[in-house]
Amino acid sequence: MSPVVGQEVDRVDGPAKVTGAARYTGEIVLQDLAYGAIVGATIPSGRVRRIELDRALAADGVLAVLTHENLPKIAEPPHLLPSLVGAAAPGESFFPMQDAAVHYAGQPVAVVVADSHERAQFAASLVRVEYDRTASVTTIDEARDSAYEPRTLFGGLMPARMAHGDVDAGLAVADLRVDVAYRFAANHHNALETSATTAAWDGDRLTLYDSTMGIRATQLTVAHLLGMPVSDVRVVTHFVGGGFGGKAMTWPHVTLAAMAARQVDRPVRLMLTRTQAFTSTGHREEQEQTMSLGARRDGTLTALRHHKLSLTSPFDDWAEPATGTTTQVYACPNVEGVHRLVRGNVMTSTFTRGPGETVGMFVLETAMDELAYALGVDPVELRLRCHADTDPRGNPWSSDGLAECLGVAAESFGWSGRDPRPRTRRDGDWLIGTGMAAAAYPVAFFMPTQRARARIYAGGDAVVQTGTQEFGTGVTTVMTQVAADALGLPMDAVRFEAGDTDLPNTSAAVGSSGAMMVSAAVHNAAAGLRDQLVAMAVADADSPLHGADPAEVVVEDGRMRLRSRPGVGETYGEVMGRHHLEDAEALGSWTPPPPDTPHGLLTFGAQFAEVAVDPELGLVRVRRLGGAFAPGRVLNPKTARSQLMGGMLWGWARPCWRATGWTRPPAGGTPRAWATTWCPSTPTPRT
Amino acid sequence: MDLEISVAVTADTRTEARGPESAPAALTVNGATYLVGVEPRVSLLDTLREHLDLTGTKKGCDQGTCGACTVWVDGRRVLACLTLALSCEGHEVTTIEGLSDGGGLHPMQKAFIKHDAFQCGYCTPGQIMSAVALIAEGNAGTDADIAEYMSGNICRCAAYPNIRAAIREVRDATA
Repeated sequence: MSPVVGQEVDRVDGPAKVTGAARYTGEIVLQDLAYGAIVGATIPSGRVRRIELDRALAADGVLAVLTHENLPKIAEPPHLLPSLVGAAAPGESFFPMQDAAVHYAGQPVAVVVADSHERAQFAASLVRVEYDRTASVTTIDEARDSAYEPRTLFGGLMPARMAHGDVDAGLAVADLRVDVAYRFAANHHNALETSATTAAWDGDRLTLYDSTMGIRATQLTVAHLLGMPVSDVRVVTHFVGGGFGGKAMTWPHVTLAAMAARQVDRPVRLMLTRTQAFTSTGHREEQEQTMSLGARRDGTLTALRHHKLSLTSPFDDWAEPATGTTTQVYACPNVEGVHRLVRGNVMTSTFTRGPGETVGMFVLETAMDELAYALGVDPVELRLRCHADTDPRGNPWSSDGLAECLGVAAESFGWSGRDPRPRTRRDGDWLIGTGMAAAAYPVAFFMPTQRARARIYAGGDAVVQTGTQEFGTGVTTVMTQVAADALGLPMDAVRFEAGDTDLPNTSAAVGSSGAMMVSAAVHNAAAGLRDQLVAMAVADADSPLHGADPAEVVVEDGRMRLRSRPGVGETYGEVMGRHHLEDAEALGSWTPPPPDTPHGLLTFGAQFAEVAVDPELGLVRVRRLGGAFAPGRVLNPKTARSQLMGGMLWGWARPCWRATGWTRPPAGGTPRAWATTWCPSTPTPRT
Repeated sequence: MDLEISVAVTADTRTEARGPESAPAALTVNGATYLVGVEPRVSLLDTLREHLDLTGTKKGCDQGTCGACTVWVDGRRVLACLTLALSCEGHEVTTIEGLSDGGGLHPMQKAFIKHDAFQCGYCTPGQIMSAVALIAEGNAGTDADIAEYMSGNICRCAAYPNIRAAIREVRDATA
């Protein structure tokens, strides 16, 4: 039996997903289910003066209408903290419908509950809200002068400023200087499944079916807001229809669903509409970034200054940290990364796929490209010259695949034969260009101890459990692989269960950390169970393995045997049978190294692109994308490739195709978020 | 100029007014006929999901832009979120649950698994219903054709290259 870790295994949930059998949150069947619909504010700032409910309450099937006038008060105000930490993780330090204040368009001002989806939506349209509107800010331009530098970002976890050396002095001694400035529209995650919660009470106990990337975060947040013992809240999610960061935090609608269910004494499903998805689960903030590089003639960097200015909510100093990676990749004695914020009438923004790095690395790598052009140095060569041997603290990288990635990707792309001069290659009306960028992403270590449980039955079938959740990463597949290898069982003898807070705890699946942290706990649980049964056999006078050194026992297909003499051994079931055990079980845990571990913690990669531009029409077509990545041990090349490919396509689409804007409403009109996503003919990336 | 208008009235077309309250309707889905009571405003999508418990057809946008709710009516691709349930009386509705004739997976379902043509899986039933129809329509000749005629089906996980690979494989196997 050869190991399955590292093999291109098909997804274990594939059959459920291609047949429609996979049930997502909005598809849970419950007796007497009622339907909730949110009424969002139609002004960006002000107060609710009056809410007229008569027509909504008189509509067929309406069970209740909740507003700030009758919704119970929450027990404790929420405090934003990233879900990776493992604590309560509200997406913003604000909970709506506690008073008449309106801080952003779309903020819930009423929740209608009715006995059908259509009736709830229709009744919601009958709620008439009158507002007193006050001055608002929804773009950086409207309040640029009010920009401030916060002390910390990210729920207090990260400094807003990081610096070493003297950037002005570094720029002064530079032979060459490059300055770039970019503006970025806001982005929305728009997972294809909008966020949904189904809440069901049984006495004082609450079960939430929630489309979340962190069931534990949902459990802790709702318990905190409702003043409940955590043990009285259970969160279940078996399939999540995409997350991309928008389901990484617990947003107000989740708790509102629970409050509505308690109000009508029936289970309530609250699924956001696509329109509401633009004002309910955060977004990537509107932002501007500038970078100044100073360099000597040989490409050595003398200064790097990276500034970000972005829009945040009235409640939180939130920005995706853009400079944490850009100030580490290349060696430079004088570095400054600063985040500044403008407060506006938007909800608190949040993680969006490749949070911080997607935009920050774009700015760094574009500046490096400009520098390569100015120096007349090949862009790949400049990266190799500038790449730091250590992180800024002098710690060696835990692993460093940047040079290898650059080499592999350049080779497969055919980089060496290119003509570097701009505007020299044409294909009909199209100008053809090629370019490359280095990629880097932090290895995050904020999470608490991760836990998993492994159980084997005497028949040789096993169940391995942990409280992670599947939203497309392939975690259920790779954890089945990890558990099968550690137990010495074929994959089809192992069922991996997740998505339930009754199972051993793991952190939210965010920050590209799931494969690493969850697999460590799963491996330890499964290996612990194997060791337990091997120990039982070698201590058993009736076992063929009696007296053997446990280190000399290997397990294949559920049979323990001596490494040196394959004929000597027995199955798990045989030793369990003699000991009258129908099952055996082990818990496993893994605690991440401390944040001050003496290593530089980045994952590296490289990407190359061939792009066609129509100079008259401004059309952009990406013809080829090639990437090479060094993410550590790849547990399943098939699912890993899909993750990387998705990241590459999002990264490319970010500057080229996607934008969310807020319209300036006419006086008395409704502000609307609009978004555009073009889906051109996508190339096939090679990863 | 006279405008020639031709109106085809089938025997199934009911002309009496129904609603706004629930009205009985006979819907044929995956070969079985169901008698359901739905308000005339209820979409085929919500009828499938909320009344027939056929939740394989997904709600992504509820406004006809994402394709997650793609089903067939009389073998033709339609968006179930923009189709009223009552308008489907007398027609054959096919959903992802009815794609496979028998116990095994349809070749397109197998190809989607083999090529990892999905991640979260939420767009997948719609992608597959479109993909099978695409080949039947003769619109899967080239990669550009596939991209064009699949452009109504959004995959936010961005599995597009793998989706095209799956479609190519089934196209070539059935050619």
